[in-house]
Amino acid sequence: MSAGTAQHARRAPAKGRRSRPGSTVPAGRRSGKGARRGTWTPWLYLAPALVVLGGLLVYPIYQLGLISFLEYTQAQVSGGEATTFQGFANYAELFGDSEFWNVAVATLLFAAVCVVSTLAVGCALAVLLTRVRAIPRLALMLAALGAWATPAITGSTVWVFLFDPDFGPVNKVLVWLGLSGFEDYSWTYDRYSAFALVLFEVVWCSFPFVMVTVYAGIRAIPTEVLEAAALDGASTWRIWRTIMAPMLRPILVVVTIQSIIWDFKVFTQIYVMTNGGGIAGQNMVLNVYAYQKAFASSQYSLGSAIGVVMLLILLAVTLVYLRLLRRQGEEL
Amino acid sequence: MSHSRVSLRIRRPWRFAAEVTALIVAAVVAFPLYWMVLSAFKPEGEIQSTEPRPWTGSPSLDSFRRVFEQQDFGRYFLNSLFVAGVVVVASALIAFLAATAVARFKFRFRTTLLIMFLVAQMVPIEALTIPMFFLMRDLGETVPGVGLNTLGSLILPHIAFSLPFAIWMLRGFVKAVPEALEEAAYLDGASRSRFLWQILFPLVFPGLVATSVFSFISAWNDFLFAKSFIISATENSTLPMALLVFFKDEGNDWGGIMAASTVMTIPVLIFFVLVQRRLVSGLGGAVKD
Repeated sequence: MSAGTAQHARRAPAKGRRSRPGSTVPAGRRSGKGARRGTWTPWLYLAPALVVLGGLLVYPIYQLGLISFLEYTQAQVSGGEATTFQGFANYAELFGDSEFWNVAVATLLFAAVCVVSTLAVGCALAVLLTRVRAIPRLALMLAALGAWATPAITGSTVWVFLFDPDFGPVNKVLVWLGLSGFEDYSWTYDRYSAFALVLFEVVWCSFPFVMVTVYAGIRAIPTEVLEAAALDGASTWRIWRTIMAPMLRPILVVVTIQSIIWDFKVFTQIYVMTNGGGIAGQNMVLNVYAYQKAFASSQYSLGSAIGVVMLLILLAVTLVYLRLLRRQGEEL
Repeated sequence: MSHSRVSLRIRRPWRFAAEVTALIVAAVVAFPLYWMVLSAFKPEGEIQSTEPRPWTGSPSLDSFRRVFEQQDFGRYFLNSLFVAGVVVVASALIAFLAATAVARFKFRFRTTLLIMFLVAQMVPIEALTIPMFFLMRDLGETVPGVGLNTLGSLILPHIAFSLPFAIWMLRGFVKAVPEALEEAAYLDGASRSRFLWQILFPLVFPGLVATSVFSFISAWNDFLFAKSFIISATENSTLPMALLVFFKDEGNDWGGIMAASTVMTIPVLIFFVLVQRRLVSGLGGAVKD
């Protein structure tokens, strides 16, 4: 992110479809407000942000890439040995390791299930909110805000406790409902039930964002339009499909992408709930895997290579996102 | 946001069913938090009982007492608060300036920068733990107060990580301030910096509050950096680390864990309740083009 030289900060050519002749337009709806030629001013305002982001985001990313091409273990960290350039050797080692592929596939599947569940729950409840009166709506909103505000680490500890084989209430309730198989059942022992447990927590703490955002979007749809459609005898399904869905699409894109990004990076929940990645690493996801490689076994290069793989996957997601935004004609 | 109610005709029994469903879901969603607070107040004998009850006859503060005595918990709390506070203030100010630049000026590379800010939100910060670790180690040798084992090593990365989203979100708020206002201010002879701090800043303040929630949460919840960067100086530990102490091989101290979790969750809850209106409208503003 090099701050370009500001001398050339000319007025950019008017982009977009609405270049109006003259600028006697009343303020407010001109595309890209404040088209002044403060040559230096914007860069002055941007300077602190660019310095911070350059030093603490861009540079570490560069370092991450660099380390992934080097021989970098405890010996190099302590300065005992010189670092050597390895080319793609670390990546070759990583991709040749079946464990890496297992973890990568598990991460993608787990993230996918989390995203779909979160969106389904969030959207369903957003619609539900529009159908109820003030008191139930407030109750659900407050409960959701509580779940949202809960720090990841405390949320994780509480959910583990709820499902604790000895002291947790969940198994007791399940047994009481007649599912006697849950008597003293350890959720973290089996790979899939451990992932399910983490999934519950992730959905619990991330559906509120989806619910609140989608609900705000539904509320922003002009009532007249919906009423007119209803008067014309359109079915609820048709109203949804032809009016609400298109209007909500931008919001749905945002919450979907945000969910993908969050759930792909889940760290704290896995780490805390499955005690660092589960029994024999059965609940490992890429993020935890990279951490364990780097800080538990001092293989910094391999850890960094995993980090680079994660970055590239997320970058691909971001590019898709940008294309979707562009297609919606969103002006940056 | 217009406050229109979507009033599709719903028949009464359906609405009743919807309201019952909403209340049940609210109860389920709130239950973990209720259980956390309840368990924190249960006396020792009750919490390690294999027949957990959803109430307690004799609430006690033993677990809280143990947490604050056994651990230097008050100090960790203040550390967490300090880290989150500095991150919130610093990123709000830096993001405000940057958002003003991209929302109210036209200049070369503006779109490129905006895309950069968008892409920067996607970076998995956990993946950067490794280079960040070395960066903090090296910085500590030259700059006092930011090396490993200092609170600065938690503050700096989180300022950087919360900036892109903050800029993106604030941009909408800055855009919403009418340009006529700015022109009027200049006609009245206000200087640019005066307009920025005395007119624009107060107007954008609600947006700053909404943005702060996210910065606050990311810093307050930080677990990985605290775990990786605060290696030996326990006096600079933060809450998450203090919480993990109660997980023991010989059996977890659930009372302590729940009390510590409660102490850690309450400030965020209060913060959220205070700003929830602005948060919701802020999200609406950030999502709408």
